[in-house]
Amino acid sequence: MTTGDTVATLTTDVLVIGGGPAGTWAAIKATQAGADVVLVDKGHTGSSGATASVGTGVWYVDDVPELREAAMASREVLGGHLAERDWMTRVLDETHDRMDELAAVQRYPFPIDAYGRPIRNDLQGPEYMRRQRTRVQRLGVRILDHTPALELLVDDDGVASGAVALDRASGHTVRIEAGAVVLAAGGCAFQSKSLGCDVNTGDGALMAVEAGAVLSGMEFSNSFAIAPKGTSLTKTAYYSWATFYRGDRTPIEGAGSARGRTVIAKTLCDEPVFARIDRVTEAERVGMRKGQPNFFLVFDRLGIDPFTDFFEITLVAEGTVRGTGGVRIADYDCATDVPGLYAAGDTATRELICGGFTGGGSHNAAWAASSGSWAGRGAATFARRRGDRPATLRALGGAGLRPDGRVGLDYRAVTAAVQRHVLPHEHNFLRHGDQLAPALQSLHDAWSAVRANLGAEGEDVFRAREAAAMVAHSRWMYHAALQRTETRGMHKRIDHPTQDPDQRYRLLTGGLDDIWTRPEPAGAPVGGRAA
Amino acid sequence: MIEVVAGERCIGCDRCIEVCPTRVFDRGEGGIPVIARQDSCQTCFQCEAYCPTDALFVAPFATPAAADSDFRDATHLQANGLLGGYRRELGWGSGRRLGARTAVGPEYPD
Repeated sequence: MTTGDTVATLTTDVLVIGGGPAGTWAAIKATQAGADVVLVDKGHTGSSGATASVGTGVWYVDDVPELREAAMASREVLGGHLAERDWMTRVLDETHDRMDELAAVQRYPFPIDAYGRPIRNDLQGPEYMRRQRTRVQRLGVRILDHTPALELLVDDDGVASGAVALDRASGHTVRIEAGAVVLAAGGCAFQSKSLGCDVNTGDGALMAVEAGAVLSGMEFSNSFAIAPKGTSLTKTAYYSWATFYRGDRTPIEGAGSARGRTVIAKTLCDEPVFARIDRVTEAERVGMRKGQPNFFLVFDRLGIDPFTDFFEITLVAEGTVRGTGGVRIADYDCATDVPGLYAAGDTATRELICGGFTGGGSHNAAWAASSGSWAGRGAATFARRRGDRPATLRALGGAGLRPDGRVGLDYRAVTAAVQRHVLPHEHNFLRHGDQLAPALQSLHDAWSAVRANLGAEGEDVFRAREAAAMVAHSRWMYHAALQRTETRGMHKRIDHPTQDPDQRYRLLTGGLDDIWTRPEPAGAPVGGRAA
Repeated sequence: MIEVVAGERCIGCDRCIEVCPTRVFDRGEGGIPVIARQDSCQTCFQCEAYCPTDALFVAPFATPAAADSDFRDATHLQANGLLGGYRRELGWGSGRRLGARTAVGPEYPD
């Protein structure tokens, strides 16, 4: 690394990396458990990340056994039977509590229904996240904005003990020593211009694997959003009311937002596709404008009436932001396979509650609030039990920070090389072994070049690190995608179009230079069963 | 992408510099923020949401607008009521009702 000297060393009980919903809930719960907390965010806590700039559903289900049962059952087929009932139950309970707390303490203005009852299954991103920031600040958490974490620190026993971060404004590094670390840095959308997600470059997964953590479900990383062509408006919900058309304005048979997205992808390979949200009543139109104002903000500025005009659409990669793969969770506290290291939100696998498919923000939002809360409490407990930390800590960052050879590679070229292989829906949405294998080889070559020559100075240090994280993420994705020789959840293999009952297991992936993928052993300590 | 900082409306509060997730703005001459790194803009509209004087405009495209585009003309934007549109919808700003209070979409068709 070629930044200036470390200008400051902070010491704390719990370091939270990432200030989205998962990170802010982690900070709140760790503080309430008695821990001193530092929170670092690459952007700005409250306005940064996948939630702050959108509206999101929340998997909030009233505590009525029949409703809960239906909510859980509805996801099992879609997710390819890889979720766990005990985790779904816990997340439904925890999410209910957190949304009620959000109303009572953060004073979030939930809408009220016709019978005077609050509606708590939907959140407006900017409102939610600005209140999360205020709450975190009032609890005395030290927030460092525009300070991306670069690498983890560990002690001689490999216990997570903090991180080195970059103060973007000064270009200097900050060292934060901690008794435990929560990774809540988001997923990876490969800077596809998915709304608000350019900051989500898979940094959490890279730091976790460097420390020895294992990933799970990396093949479930091919979610693609519908967006008006040329925009960042990757909000897909209202396309449930859309009809999709060819250039000559004839409807495309079988095209749809949910199961018909494959038809859209196939059509897009040959010709442009247009949409019109024309299966709505007047009352529904009014409701939509209220429900998602920033959806219409873009259309209004484009001068398009989406209810009456045809508009060209495209598919935008959302990687593991709306996918479900991420760092493997080893127990009910959201510990990883590394002692002292916890994972939450989109950095962690979400297979435990929705298997290989999300279909929307609802489950991810519930998971973020729940896993963040558990990870925060777990990290606080771990730090308290740990007591004094050793004086010497080791920094783990490799790729993009400490090249083996001379710096001679531009991070922009590295990012472009990754994007070439993962952003086109014709390669990644509908997958085929004949395309995955050479793409993976090319990405391995990119990784070797990164290892040898990628580095940067000043503020660009974190850009180089982002590029390295995206190369790593793409390789884990395609390695796992090749291994799963079937179609399950969102993972669609053209060369293996059916679900194979013998592959009903989660796939673990790990390694940096040499990547491995293998089925999770039966009886592995997931879900706290062996805890 | 962010296209306009309307200097005559700006009060130099630096909120946009603080909240921008991708650090697009720098403090310019006289304290008015300038768009220093437009290529970093992710078109997330957060700067507009937080600007207390509706001095910013984010065009609806994920790439820069053409040099002669109306989206780069502060006078045009103001005359057509395009400044501050996101804040109006969010209900952010004094005397407004929070949009979250009424953000209820229709029931989904399935």
